[in-house]
Amino acid sequence: MDISAWFFISSALFLGWSAGANNAANIFGTAVISKMVKFKTAAIIAGIFVILGSVISGAGTTETLTDLGSVNALAGSFAVAVSVGISIILMIRAKVLVSSSQVILGGIIGWNLFTGSPTDNNALYKILFSWVASPVIAAIFGFILFKIVKNTVLKWKIHLLEFDTYTRIGLIIAGVLAAYSFGANNIANVMGMFVDSAHLSDLNVGSIFTLTGEQQLFLFGGVAIAVGIFTYGTNVMDTVGEDFAKISPITGLVAISAEIIVLFLFTSQKLEQFLLVNNLPTIPLVPLSITQAFIGAIIGTGLAKDPHSINFKVLGRIVVGWGVAPVTSALITVVSLFFIQNVFEQTVVLPEPYEITKSVIARLDSEGIETENINDLVNKEFLNKKEFRNEILKRYNYSNEQLYNIFAYSLIDSFVVDSNLINSKLSSDEFSEAEINFLKSLHSKSYSHKIDFEKDVFQSNDIWQNTGDKLNDKKNKANRVIIEQLFRINRSNKSHK
Amino acid sequence: MFLKKTRKLETQIDEYLDLVIKGGLVFKLGIKCYLDNQMNDFESHLKDLRKIEENADDLRRNIEIKLYTRTLIPEARGDVLGLLESCDKALNITTDTLLEFSVEIPTILPELKSGFLELADSSISCLENTVSGIRSYFRNIDAVRDYVTKVQFYKKETNKIAEKIKRNIYRTDTDLSFKIHIRYFAFHIERIAEQSEDVCDRLSIAIIKRLE
Repeated sequence: MDISAWFFISSALFLGWSAGANNAANIFGTAVISKMVKFKTAAIIAGIFVILGSVISGAGTTETLTDLGSVNALAGSFAVAVSVGISIILMIRAKVLVSSSQVILGGIIGWNLFTGSPTDNNALYKILFSWVASPVIAAIFGFILFKIVKNTVLKWKIHLLEFDTYTRIGLIIAGVLAAYSFGANNIANVMGMFVDSAHLSDLNVGSIFTLTGEQQLFLFGGVAIAVGIFTYGTNVMDTVGEDFAKISPITGLVAISAEIIVLFLFTSQKLEQFLLVNNLPTIPLVPLSITQAFIGAIIGTGLAKDPHSINFKVLGRIVVGWGVAPVTSALITVVSLFFIQNVFEQTVVLPEPYEITKSVIARLDSEGIETENINDLVNKEFLNKKEFRNEILKRYNYSNEQLYNIFAYSLIDSFVVDSNLINSKLSSDEFSEAEINFLKSLHSKSYSHKIDFEKDVFQSNDIWQNTGDKLNDKKNKANRVIIEQLFRINRSNKSHK
Repeated sequence: MFLKKTRKLETQIDEYLDLVIKGGLVFKLGIKCYLDNQMNDFESHLKDLRKIEENADDLRRNIEIKLYTRTLIPEARGDVLGLLESCDKALNITTDTLLEFSVEIPTILPELKSGFLELADSSISCLENTVSGIRSYFRNIDAVRDYVTKVQFYKKETNKIAEKIKRNIYRTDTDLSFKIHIRYFAFHIERIAEQSEDVCDRLSIAIIKRLE
């Protein structure tokens, strides 16, 4: 890996550092604020488990955030990562508790604005919904959990010192779980965009285990997050403890437990899988943010214990900050992309070719999107996003959502079905013989547009159609993603972002 | 591992409270021996009481250091230390009072002896219930209220007995200096109950804070 790649990766490390600083409170905040665990101890434990979570379970996590846009050039990634990192630090300095996802969202929207890429409204609404759902659900859980604890555990005749020990152990276990899951779920946001640019060979550690190149990168990212927690995490904790809420050890434990339970119940695909396999009713999966869940849980437990323990003025400031953070981040990203592109003459966006084909027109027609005015663009290739966008908008004033669909369907995105790949990569445990045989029957067929590939591979038969059986549909969906990634030959780096 | 250390500290707190109870009982025996003019036994009880007080002091310091260095019960630590310290003050008063008997050798008139015995009994009941209240603070918070009520009751009884003794002294045909001297001893024994009540006042506030 050349030195410039390391330079670009340093921005991800900075982003990791700032994310660590920002999320320290969500992990061990209540334990430290209630003086049950010393900051140093908390930071060391959190650091270790964030790193473990990043390296062991970090690979492969793709969040809804990545659906919003695809930063495809290294210098672009650098600009976005630095801007997001700076925005997070600004928010910490302003004593506003924001979620990293809010700031990253701003960064990606900034990139979309700068490059003229349309933003996927569905993904955007999903994230906006999570900003409301996370605190509300967590507050409800925090409230109920505290009432239960008050009427049960607090009535048991446990010695004060023993109770203190149990609470302390509970806070440490909760912190460990939160740290591990934070590392596992956020490392992709931090390092994901650099995975393809950093070509690290596998590393054998004393012939005990092997770290893949991706895991090594995630290890660096995890260390950066851990350093962030250790060096700057206390600032956010102070904001929570000194300004926002009075937190006692037991309310602290209840709050972090509520945060973890909510995140587990509403975001765990493994839990959903378990429930489906056992024919149990599933809980709808909702994308939740850890910071918002944390704040919600604090509010819920605070209201259950004593409403006066919450400083609603500070809460108001935090909520305003949730709106300000993405805007700030988007602005900083646009400015930094401008500078990097025009002053340092770096490529911040790689050209992505677009072409409206007849099948694209047919698809748009089927969705009721106006196509008459863009018929003259059929089979014309555009190498520049902005140019493509201008040409389309010149002809018809499409809404953002319609524009997003036109972009998504028109993107030239090569797929070639290859029997060798089928034989070597598709396991018979995951794929049935019928599925494999069908794919083999398409051998050597190539597609320049994703919609053509999907039409031929997925929609021309019943194999991968939804049946209404949740478990089966879920498996089909996962298999469709695997097949798509397997045969895609052009935008391999996209799958990691 | 954590629980082992915690249980050891719990045992130390219990041992400390046991010493306070023992101190109260030894004090009562000491007063009885003094009033019965068994001076050797009295001196032996005084010696025991001083030893108990010394051990209780060491134990209390040890507990305090552990509570601080291990940052245990951060929310209740101040209250617990306050309770143990003010309880220790009550134990000190018992020792000081017995010591004053030994140093000043007051002459207790025969008609006042039963009053003094009653006074010591009542004061030490106050102390004993205070200790029970503190034990409950750690384990069974609902029971504390009962003990606080008992302490308040015994404290009032103690005040009444002390007042009666003082009235009786001042109605005897003795020198004023003698009267003042004896009144001073009634006052000192009464102080044990006063101090116990102070501990209970702290206890009542500590309970409110824990229930908050």
